[in-house]
Amino acid sequence: MAAPVSGGGRLCRLAWRRRAGALHSGAQPAALGREPGKVAAAQSGVAPWRAVVGLEVHAQISSNSKIFSGSQVQFTAPPNSLVSFFDASLPGTLPVLNRRCVEAAVMTGLALSCSINKKSLFDRKHYFYADLPAGYQITQQRLPIAVNGNLSYTLCVGAKQSQMVTKNVRIKQIQLEQDSGKSLHNDARSQTFIDLNRAGVGLMEVVMEPDMCCGEEAAAAVRELQLILQTLGSSQAIMAEGQLRVDANVSVHHPGESYGVRTEVKNINSLRFLARAVDYEIQRQIEELENGGTILNETRAFDYKLGCTIPMRDKEGKQDYRFMPEPNLPPLILYDAKSLPANIDDQQVVNIDWIQERLPDLPSVKRVRLVEQYGILPEHSFTLLNEDGLMELFEDVVRETQMNPKKVIGWVISELLGHLKQYDLTVKESPVNSLSLADLLNLLERGVISSSAAKQVLEELWKGEGKTPLQIVKEKRLELIQNQRELDQICQAVMEGHQEEVMEIKAGNKKVLNKLIGLVQRATQRRADPILVKQILEKKLSQ
Amino acid sequence: MWALRGGRCLRAAWSWGGSRLARGATGGRQIDQNPEWQLEEQKPLPQKKVTMELLDHLERLALVDFRNWEGVERLEKAIQFADQLHEVNTEGIEPMDSVLENRCLYLRGDNITEGNCTKELLQNASQTAEEYFEAPPGNIPLPKLEERESFLQDSN
Repeated sequence: MAAPVSGGGRLCRLAWRRRAGALHSGAQPAALGREPGKVAAAQSGVAPWRAVVGLEVHAQISSNSKIFSGSQVQFTAPPNSLVSFFDASLPGTLPVLNRRCVEAAVMTGLALSCSINKKSLFDRKHYFYADLPAGYQITQQRLPIAVNGNLSYTLCVGAKQSQMVTKNVRIKQIQLEQDSGKSLHNDARSQTFIDLNRAGVGLMEVVMEPDMCCGEEAAAAVRELQLILQTLGSSQAIMAEGQLRVDANVSVHHPGESYGVRTEVKNINSLRFLARAVDYEIQRQIEELENGGTILNETRAFDYKLGCTIPMRDKEGKQDYRFMPEPNLPPLILYDAKSLPANIDDQQVVNIDWIQERLPDLPSVKRVRLVEQYGILPEHSFTLLNEDGLMELFEDVVRETQMNPKKVIGWVISELLGHLKQYDLTVKESPVNSLSLADLLNLLERGVISSSAAKQVLEELWKGEGKTPLQIVKEKRLELIQNQRELDQICQAVMEGHQEEVMEIKAGNKKVLNKLIGLVQRATQRRADPILVKQILEKKLSQ
Repeated sequence: MWALRGGRCLRAAWSWGGSRLARGATGGRQIDQNPEWQLEEQKPLPQKKVTMELLDHLERLALVDFRNWEGVERLEKAIQFADQLHEVNTEGIEPMDSVLENRCLYLRGDNITEGNCTKELLQNASQTAEEYFEAPPGNIPLPKLEERESFLQDSN
């Protein structure tokens, strides 16, 4: 990993304290403490709490067709149009496994350093819900396709978020399973409408060990997983479209004691909500326990409008999923170069080694490369990868300019990205493309314009009028004054008009020189190169 | 759960049968008519009483109403029948999922071949609205035993 500081231990060092203490310690995330008046019952001594967070992430596999049937996978379509008889579990239909889903899971497993099980099994998990017409979900409970992996992620800490810490979360397993349909509730008329378009879409459930300790860590881990999935193409992982759904298991305990009873916050579909839901739940449990209450092992939902978690009422207290082997699917056998039998139909083989060899560069590798190749800071490499398309844009600009990449990165991140964020635009939607930014930076690098003029040109470019940077420079007369004699004269005039300042500088107060430079800049409408102006003024003053 | 326990034994029994036959062979013809193994002298199995808690649990899970004592008796008999399988000695025999467990799992190419049959699908539904299936509101927890109208109450 490129990040300079390693997190080391599995458990977070950040200890949760009761609210009264936390307000002063500064360890409390911003999302909390929204009831400042409320202070937990005072007890003798400060008993710190430690929170434990584990995640189950459901990632929708990016495939043309569903995992066990030939119907199409698509986010928007008329209701029940993407449904086969199998998806509706009509009698007599059987599951036929989609090879692409298997490959996506193997790819994801390899990227997360999992051991891939050459034999894995399918099971039925039973529960009743109208959007699960078979009454069971086909999943992998006994022997999943991948186990024992690892995910490294990095988060910013410190007062200015300037320090980067790398942490690890162990991946327990990845299992293949079917998605359910969607229910639309009309509470007023107590009706439920069922759309089975999503029923049977392939999912990878990534189960993470409880190695995280706060909402921010959970969100950072999921963000890294999301980037990995998108890099692999195994899932598009668009949270807003429900392609990445997170269940968070949260508990708190005192260090040295065994883990507390956990609750599960279900179906969180944004990173921000994930961080808020986890932190809220931690604080709620601490308060509950400190007030003498107990934590129930229950499922809760995050209400993003209220910013809190609430118990889910639609599940019975004790679940019994009655797992049983799926009788219609024999074990899934995968091969590697060694175990590959001769004379076997290629179409029937998923070769682990073949997939391993073709894995693309993962985000962590890309970041290291960016830091090494361009000499940029590790945190900048994170920013480049975090915004879809920003790394490509940066590299395109670097390729097209003579400017040092270390200077280019400043323009890309502070100016371009800053502006995009301000107007809530994606890199793809940016009115300024890599070519015009490169043109602009070239003008700056060649000394045609000053950097403040360059910012002015950028402002013009945002308007998206299709003008080139050079056209704007010409129109606005922003070129630096190249003519030495002209500059000389302007400097002379400024000095003559400000004798008092000149005397002061001559008396030894060098700071006043900046004032003169500023005056020259004003006189030239900022078209003078400040370094050159400084040289001229110094020369004249020493005469 | 009794059903699961019974099921596991059933698989073991299959496995025992399979050990003398070609594994994975299909077709009823090949079932061994003269097994090496014999059931020890049939002891009458004790009739297990289904507890109130178990009945309540089953009613919740299965969303089934046993309705009357006759139903409960039938359930007890079914359990008793399945319990016979415990008599089979499965010591050291790996459980078997299915007689097809050594067959290859066929892999399908990722092509769209189905769908676009909303009309046919909805034909079987008792209630529909536009292109949706219509269902009663989901997962309303069964009321507690005391509160629900069940014959089980009278037995308390």
